[in-house]
Amino acid sequence: METYRDLPQSTYSLQTTESVRTGTWRTFRPVIDTKKCTRCYTCWKFCPDLSVDVKEEGDFPKVDLDHCKGCGICANECPTGAITMLREDTIC
Amino acid sequence: MLDLMTGNAAAAKGAMLARVEVIAAYPITPQTSISEKLAEMVANNEIAAKYIKVESEHSAMAALIGASYVGARTFTATSSQGLALMHENLYWAAGARRPIVMPVVSRALGPPWNIWTDHMDVMGERDTGWMQFFCENNQETLDLILIAYRVAEDKEVMLPAMIIEDGFILSHTFEKVDVPAIEEVDFFLHPFNPDVKVNFRKPRRYGSLVMPDWAMEFRYNNYLAMEKAKKKFLEAGVAFKKAFGRDYGDLVELYRCEDADVALIVAGSAAGTAKVAADRMRERGRKVGVAKLRVFRPFPTEEMLRLGEVVRTIGVFDRSYTYGQGGAIYGEVRNALFPLAPDVRVKGYIGGLGGRDVTEAEFEKMYDDLLMIARNGSMQKDVEWVALKDGSWRW
Repeated sequence: METYRDLPQSTYSLQTTESVRTGTWRTFRPVIDTKKCTRCYTCWKFCPDLSVDVKEEGDFPKVDLDHCKGCGICANECPTGAITMLREDTIC
Repeated sequence: MLDLMTGNAAAAKGAMLARVEVIAAYPITPQTSISEKLAEMVANNEIAAKYIKVESEHSAMAALIGASYVGARTFTATSSQGLALMHENLYWAAGARRPIVMPVVSRALGPPWNIWTDHMDVMGERDTGWMQFFCENNQETLDLILIAYRVAEDKEVMLPAMIIEDGFILSHTFEKVDVPAIEEVDFFLHPFNPDVKVNFRKPRRYGSLVMPDWAMEFRYNNYLAMEKAKKKFLEAGVAFKKAFGRDYGDLVELYRCEDADVALIVAGSAAGTAKVAADRMRERGRKVGVAKLRVFRPFPTEEMLRLGEVVRTIGVFDRSYTYGQGGAIYGEVRNALFPLAPDVRVKGYIGGLGGRDVTEAEFEKMYDDLLMIARNGSMQKDVEWVALKDGSWRW
């Protein structure tokens, strides 16, 4: 590309947002206590970034740490208090 | 077929004739009857469109941007505070080159709370990158929606368009409207078929980040598309006249300007009143005309310069105030004329705010004022508020 004439009318990228690793923005990490988790998947439903993964019905939910920004909505919504937000720098 | 209908019914009819595919709207006075009418048409299967009920105008615009990316012809309508709430997404629609068409039923912004017409809402969005077409009557409202889709969806333009219809004066007033047959409209307006469409099998990211090294060039292309729209509007006007017999062949419609000593530039429904006032002045031997501003964005700079060559004293009637140098149109007209025609005298008149009636008598007084300026070769005030209760009783 050399001039404005070479540009497309509007911008798009050939990859999806999955290629953007927003997990690096995180300050607080959601940690799921499987002893308290009832597998109701409320966290999966509420995650605004589709970063709670449930592979198969019956599995415990897992956080996709490459994309989770650490907003804490899952921890706030969890009906059994199974999710704790821990500061990244306190996790070894 | 001739029918009797309100401006809002004409707008809904225009959308129907354009075979819009996705409608997302949120009610607000005086726009509501457009979205109600369309909801009714969708419910009765009179129109094969998806109607998305949204929780705000901001969401309405967001929904349409997405639908337009998929390749749908999109439509919404709003007014005043609703338009203001859309503000952020208006930039999105224009920057993403989505040819959404939206009647804006113009209404004052509060406070003071007021539901009647003025152009403050429209002028607040003049720099969002949307085209802006003003309607004088209900017929023009219907017709300009069809023309707007044709211009907006042109592959060299691909920009959204607002159709400005004055609240209540047009939106809720019955007028005679010649409704074209949908089969004839199909010849004039072809289905929307953008080059790039969302393909769900190959997911991509739309509206992605552009770094400082190229962002300016994207903005420049928006400018070029807007300029291109002028030619495309004229071409659409020619095709429209051929198809339906009505003439919208000019960005600025000149009325009795050819030998005029003074002219008033007016946008919207008040242009009709100004024409009647001009006729009366002509009966008294005063050579006056009206330049009806149909297209405000893109701004018709060349048309203004041509007007300035013929008419050396020009008044601009603005139904808005910018808290800067007069009204929005006034500033633009002076800007257009000054570098190349600095000797044309331009006076701004502010009036009709918050739905205040603008009468023929007031236009006649504006003409008298302009004729005096033309005679004296100078003016005392460059911007004046018309019919303001300031105790002067000048109006």
